Amino acid sequence: MSSDEGFLVEARNAVLSFGQTPALQGANLSARAGEILAVTGPSGSGKSTLLHCLAGILVPDSGEIWFDGRRVDTQREPERSALRRDHFGFVFQFGQLVPELTAEENVALPLLLAKSRRASALAEARPWFGRLGLDGLEGRRSGELSGGQAQRVALARALVSRPKVLFADEPTGSLDSLTGEHVMDLLVASVREEGTTVVLVTHEPRVAAYANREVIVRDGKVTPLFVERLTS
Amino acid sequence: MTVPLALLGLLERESSHGYDLKRDYDTYFGRGKPLPAGQVYSTLGRLARDGKVEVGEAEPGSGPDRKRYVITELGVTQVETWLTEPVAGEPHLQTVLFTKVVLALLLERDPRAYLDIQRAAHMERMRELTELRRTGSTIDSLLADHGVYHLEADLRWIDQTVARLAALTAEVRS
Repeated sequence: MSSDEGFLVEARNAVLSFGQTPALQGANLSARAGEILAVTGPSGSGKSTLLHCLAGILVPDSGEIWFDGRRVDTQREPERSALRRDHFGFVFQFGQLVPELTAEENVALPLLLAKSRRASALAEARPWFGRLGLDGLEGRRSGELSGGQAQRVALARALVSRPKVLFADEPTGSLDSLTGEHVMDLLVASVREEGTTVVLVTHEPRVAAYANREVIVRDGKVTPLFVERLTS
Repeated sequence: MTVPLALLGLLERESSHGYDLKRDYDTYFGRGKPLPAGQVYSTLGRLARDGKVEVGEAEPGSGPDRKRYVITELGVTQVETWLTEPVAGEPHLQTVLFTKVVLALLLERDPRAYLDIQRAAHMERMRELTELRRTGSTIDSLLADHGVYHLEADLRWIDQTVARLAALTAEVRS
């Protein structure tokens, strides 16, 4: 059975344990193309694990993961790796920039890994510096950037290959509230322009408010909200 | 604003006299601000006039008023409606949120239903204010921020309450 029409990414009854510790206990979640979906919940509820399963980084013990009509959880690691490289972008709490590379080379990295030529990869990377207010910082290394600048470089790197889905895990978690809002403003403006689907893990209501829709993960399950039951 | 509905809710739990109602109200909701006896009887009078409670015959006993008050179907419907209605986001909402949660527990309803509805309503308003903040002028943005921070406080309280619901249930129902 293929993924339901209209859903770009979907988890169906995903179960995953780390040793004896259950992380996901039958999680169901789906995001439509172009949607910004916030996944919220308390620490340790399983929301990041669910994001990693949807992104093909982790494979659930049981259940199904779908992307664009394709079953992901049954793919081998090389296929999932190619899927991540070709269709997904990632932003984490800490930018995880490669410290030896300049900001420009960091942004161009996904294109270089996809076998683009260096000159064309850098040419594609450059406009993102203007779009994200980073002009003049192209030659700096991560140690020479502020937290907010580094996170914007990470955002540019996540979007440069024009992924279908951006997975963002606490993307403003290491930033003060004003800088965090600036990063979220830029993220939302960029993904709306590109039509990118976003799965946004956060425990901050103010960050979740940037999304079109919110689901809550509690104890490894996506909690069916009473309000959804009442209106369904 | 919440007093008539809190009294109705207490009457849904069991029919009661005015004096006992005041005692129960003060125990659960009147911390630091007990309800004046006169307000209890005037509120019960209005609720009776509006058909939300019925007044029984006076019963012998100590105290000034031994009339038993019984909630009507109309009163039950009003409590039911109120407990599932989200409150518009505004400062100093906590008393209403708290009263609804405790009353739902006393009436053996699941307060998560209300908390989820309230959370969804707050998130919807927060999305509107976030969009205004993102696209509006600095003045719009600062005004929206003010609303967002108040909503955020409520949302954190809602999350905290959901996380501690088992302990609260045990305490309220003990």
